Amino acid sequence: MTTEPPSSEVQLTPGGRLRHFLAIENLPRSLLTEILDTAAGFVSVGDRSVKNVPLLRGKTSVNLFFEPSTRTRTTFELAAKRLSADVLNMDIAHSATSKGESLLDMLRNLEAMASDLFVVRHADSGAAHFIARHVTPNVAIINAGDGRHAHPTQAMLDMYTIRHYKGGFEGLTVAIVGDVLHSRVARSQINALLTLGAEEVRVIAPRTLLPADVEALGARVFTELEPGLRDADVVMALRLQRERMQSALLPSEGEFYRLYGLNEDRLRHAHPQAIVMHPGPMNRGVEIDSGLADGERSVILHQVTFGIAVRMAVMSMCVSGQESGEV
Amino acid sequence: MNWTEDDIRQLLDRLAEELRQQLHDRGIRDYELVGIYAGGAWVAEALRERLGRTREAGMLDISFYRDDFSRHGLNPRVKPTRLPFDVDGRHLVLVDDVLMSGRTIRAAMNELFDYGRPESIQLVVLFDVGRRELPIRPDLCGEILALEPHKRVELHGPSPLWAELMEQTRQG
Repeated sequence: MTTEPPSSEVQLTPGGRLRHFLAIENLPRSLLTEILDTAAGFVSVGDRSVKNVPLLRGKTSVNLFFEPSTRTRTTFELAAKRLSADVLNMDIAHSATSKGESLLDMLRNLEAMASDLFVVRHADSGAAHFIARHVTPNVAIINAGDGRHAHPTQAMLDMYTIRHYKGGFEGLTVAIVGDVLHSRVARSQINALLTLGAEEVRVIAPRTLLPADVEALGARVFTELEPGLRDADVVMALRLQRERMQSALLPSEGEFYRLYGLNEDRLRHAHPQAIVMHPGPMNRGVEIDSGLADGERSVILHQVTFGIAVRMAVMSMCVSGQESGEV
Repeated sequence: MNWTEDDIRQLLDRLAEELRQQLHDRGIRDYELVGIYAGGAWVAEALRERLGRTREAGMLDISFYRDDFSRHGLNPRVKPTRLPFDVDGRHLVLVDDVLMSGRTIRAAMNELFDYGRPESIQLVVLFDVGRRELPIRPDLCGEILALEPHKRVELHGPSPLWAELMEQTRQG
């Protein structure tokens, strides 16, 4: 499988409408803004007594999870159900591919069941892109995280949260702290922030947890926490990917917290109105202190709420792009 | 043919008077106005002023309820629906600027029922241009228009409110 960023032709119809959502790379600012604007309409739906709208009634969304992620799967499931779609959960880790069925055979079977949307989570970078290139037209693919490559809906819900609290991206300094190397989120966040016009995107991590090409993405690198946080408007913690740490990239979690862990005291270096974000699930006491995570600057639980609306927006835009006849 | 600010004002004055009378005739003293975004919300606001009500009118954006979503896609400028009252058990006056196919009204009623079970819904529109595709008709209407097939009427606002006859672009 390839880790080349998907070209815009894969993700967009000739008329510029979204038909797959695989990565932020190569998507125009206008489209990212359209996702955020559409999501804004869906946020209020979550406040009603009846929380669904009939947009995707009669459509089937399949959660295709080749690696387990209960949280992400649940938010996509909820988003699909709020759009009145039917939802099928395929837990592939325990399913047919382990019986020797090929990925493409499995795709053909799911297509034969007249599915409209595949939400794909896979440990290999490029998996969602691979599937998007091999599905029949009329099936939309949404990348719910592929290897270390991308997690674009997570990045867009982060963008929604930033826009909600900061009003926009112009002039913003955003610091991303932690395990950038193993993070599928960080790459998508950097792409989205720069596309939407953030002034400066910083990554703060030890050299051992930074990918070689991080400067090429347009981020400014800091290996020390405090200078990196200075005057930042938004501080985004990344989860220390314990289960991905195969080799000794770090002395210990305690050592990581001592050098890069976020707490109220260290946040004094950031802008006084800085907000603190985390994609979850948090390792409290490792990358973020409990007091900060539950404190006034933290918008972590709002990220979760906005995440449903952003996923509703992406799902309905992809389905409508597939049906526009411009495929 | 255009409707100037004065023309619209007269239409609204008469519509408000007829609405007041009709509510009285039906014995409805407590009711809520709900305008459909955008034109209907302007008309609802104009009626609210004329009826001397202090409570703001509700606003519906029916984008998520349209039956042509897969053909036209979503409008990213969706405004959140805002109903500053409980729909359950209320008498509602649903307001739109132009009534045509009736599909917008159907979508609006579907959405209203997702907020609760209103006691009743009356439909008030500024213009009725016919061409109905659904069994829906207004309880009150400012002006009935017989338009040529390729024409439509569009209300501009919110201030001043005026309307003009335009060439039909796409089914709305």
